Amino acid sequence: MADYRQMWSDLGMDLDKHDLLCEALPDAFQGVYLSQENRPQGMDFFNFVVSEIHGVRPAELMEHQKAGGKVFGTFCVYVPDEVIFAAGGIATGLCGGSQFWVSGGEKVLPANTCPLIKASVGARLDKTCPFFRIADMYVGETTCDGKKKAWEILSAEVPVHVIDVPQMKRKKDIEAFQGEILDFIKIVEDFTGNKITPEALAKSIKLINNKRKALQRLYAARKAAPVPISGKDALLVTQIAFYDDPARCAEMTNILCNELEERIQAKEGVFPADALRILVTGTPLAIPNWKLHHIVETAGATVVVEESCTGTRYFEQLVDESGSTIEEQVKALAERYMKTNCACFTPNPGRIDDIIRLADEYKVDGVIDVSLQFCNLYSTESYLVKQALADRGIPVMHIETDYSEQDYEQLRTRVEAFLEILRK
Amino acid sequence: MISIGIDIGSVATKGIVLCDGLQWRAIVPTGWSPRDAAQAAIGQLLNLSGIERHQVGQIFVTGYGRVAFDQADKTITEIKCHARGIAELYPEVRTIVDIGGQDSKVISIGEKGQVLDFAMNDKCAAGTGRFLEVMATALGLDVSELGYAEDPSRKLAISSMCTVFAESEIIGLLARGNPKGNIIAGLHQSVGKRVAAMARRMGIKEAVAFTGGVAINQGVKRALEEEIGSALIVSEACQFTGALGAALLASQD
Repeated sequence: MADYRQMWSDLGMDLDKHDLLCEALPDAFQGVYLSQENRPQGMDFFNFVVSEIHGVRPAELMEHQKAGGKVFGTFCVYVPDEVIFAAGGIATGLCGGSQFWVSGGEKVLPANTCPLIKASVGARLDKTCPFFRIADMYVGETTCDGKKKAWEILSAEVPVHVIDVPQMKRKKDIEAFQGEILDFIKIVEDFTGNKITPEALAKSIKLINNKRKALQRLYAARKAAPVPISGKDALLVTQIAFYDDPARCAEMTNILCNELEERIQAKEGVFPADALRILVTGTPLAIPNWKLHHIVETAGATVVVEESCTGTRYFEQLVDESGSTIEEQVKALAERYMKTNCACFTPNPGRIDDIIRLADEYKVDGVIDVSLQFCNLYSTESYLVKQALADRGIPVMHIETDYSEQDYEQLRTRVEAFLEILRK
Repeated sequence: MISIGIDIGSVATKGIVLCDGLQWRAIVPTGWSPRDAAQAAIGQLLNLSGIERHQVGQIFVTGYGRVAFDQADKTITEIKCHARGIAELYPEVRTIVDIGGQDSKVISIGEKGQVLDFAMNDKCAAGTGRFLEVMATALGLDVSELGYAEDPSRKLAISSMCTVFAESEIIGLLARGNPKGNIIAGLHQSVGKRVAAMARRMGIKEAVAFTGGVAINQGVKRALEEEIGSALIVSEACQFTGALGAALLASQD
C-alpha cells in the first residue's frame, strides 16, 4: 500500500490502532482471495481497491472536499444516493464488517447488539476508519432499533440525517417515503449549497442505474454452469460498489463482465460444472466479512447468488428514468426503493418470493439463510423462510454468526454436513 | 476390506478398525494436538488388532479435529458419521441426539440412515459436555462422576443458560447449603431442557438414540427422556458411534 500516514494523521485517526488493522488485512486477503485459482483478470481492479482500501478512495473523497464538495456516509440500501449525487455530493459506504471494530462499539452499546452496528460505531469512536472521519454527514435510516439508537450516539460526533423508512408497504407508506425523499432533497441542498434540478436528478438517476445494470450483468453471468467467477469475487465487487465512484465501478464491472461472458462462451469456469450451487440469503455481508463464502467455497460448493443488501437487494430494481419534474422523479425513486424487500417490513412476503425466484433462476441446490447474531428481524423471519422453502422442496439451513473466528470450525461442520445432504 | 474410522473430538479421539465383521476400538485424549491424538489412536488400533498399516484399505476421519489430520483418505462430518453408525447399530432410529465436548446436535435420519436434517447449538457451551465439565469443577467433582452423584428426588432449577452465570448460580446454591446431588440433578435438567428445545424445533421422530461422550451420564439421559417424552437408546459404545460410521463409510467407499 502507498503511504497514507500523513493523510490519516490529518484525519485525526488513531494511527497505532489503525496499523494493527492494516497489518491483518493483507494476510486475510491473501488467504481468502488471492489464493483462489483461475481468477478473472478483471478482478485486478478490485484487488487493487482492497489493497488500498483506506487510502486511494479516501484520498479522492478528500480531493472532492478540497474543491468544496460534500461527502455523505451511508449505511443502507434505502438511502437514495441519486439525491446526493444530483447535488454534487458523493455518497460512500461506511466501515462495519470486521471484528476489529466490535470491541470499540461494545464500549457504548449493549452486548446483544448486532456486530454490524457494533463495528460501525466502534470504527467511528476508535478513529480507525477514514470513511467515518471524512464524511461530512451521516445518513441513517430506521430499518432496525439498534441503528435508530446508534444514530443518536453518532450524532454527537457528526451531523446525522435520519430517513424514516416505513415499516409497511401500503399506498400511504409509499407516499410517506416520497415525503421523506423530498425532505432529504432539502437537507442535501442546504448542506451542499447546491440546488437539485430535474436535469441533475435525471443524470444521477441514470448514473446509479448504470451501476445497478453492471451489477445485474455480473450476477447474470453467475447463472452459468460452470460458474465463471467465484461467489467470493462477486461478493467483493458488490461490497466495493458501496464505496467506489459509481461511474468507474460500472465501467470496471462491465470490463469484468466482458471477460466472464467470454468464459461462458468457452464453457470455462472456476468450479466444476457439477459443483453444488448455493444461494446465500439474509443479513448484509459488509467488507471484509467473507467468512461464510470462504467456508462454502473451500468445501467444494460455490455461492452463485446473494439475496441480501450486499447482493440482489442492492441493484435488482431500477428507477424509472422517464420523469422530467422533481415530483415525477421523487415518485419514481420512492416506488423503486419500496420494492426492495427487507425484513424490517411487515409482512414481507416479497423477500420469500425473491428467494424462490432466485433459487430457480440460478438453479441452486440449496439455500443458506444467514443472520448476524442479535439481528432479531432476520433471525425471526428465518422461520417463515424455512417453511416456505420446505413447501417447495428447496433445502435450507439457517446459520447465526458474527464476525469472530471462534465458531469457524463449527460453521464449517454445519456447512459440510449441509452439502453432504445436498450431494445425495 | 480393512478400514479405520477416527473421530477426533474436542475432548477425546475415538478410533475403530473393521476387519471381516470384527472390530477393535481405541480412545485417547485429544489434548493439544488433534493430529498426534489421531496418530496415537491408529497406533493403538493396529497394536490391538495385530493388523499392519499397509493392510488398511482406507482411513476416514471425522469430528472437530478432522481437518488437522493430513493422512485421511477422506474427511466427513460427524453428522453423517453418527447417522451411519446408528443406522448400523439400531436401524429403527429416526432421531439422534448427540452431545459431545463442545457441541450438541440433533440429527433426523431416514430409513437408509441418510441425514434428512440437523440442528446444532450456536456458539455457546450451554448444553454441551464442556458446560458439565465447568459445573463439575465448581462442585469439586470430575465430570465422569456427575451421573452417579445426582439425586433426582429434588431437582434444584439452574435457570442460567450461560455457562459463566450457571457456574455462579451453582456456587450460590452450594453456599446456601443445598446438597450436591440435588444441584447435579438440576444441572442435568438444564442440559436436558436446552437440548430438548433444539430437538423439538427440528421435530422428534421415534426411535431416538443418544450418542456422544455425555450419553454415558445416566443423569443427562434421564433428564432428556423426561423432557423429550420418549425413551432413549444408548449403545454401550455411545462414544464410538461417529468413529464406527466413519469406518463403515470407509469400508464401502
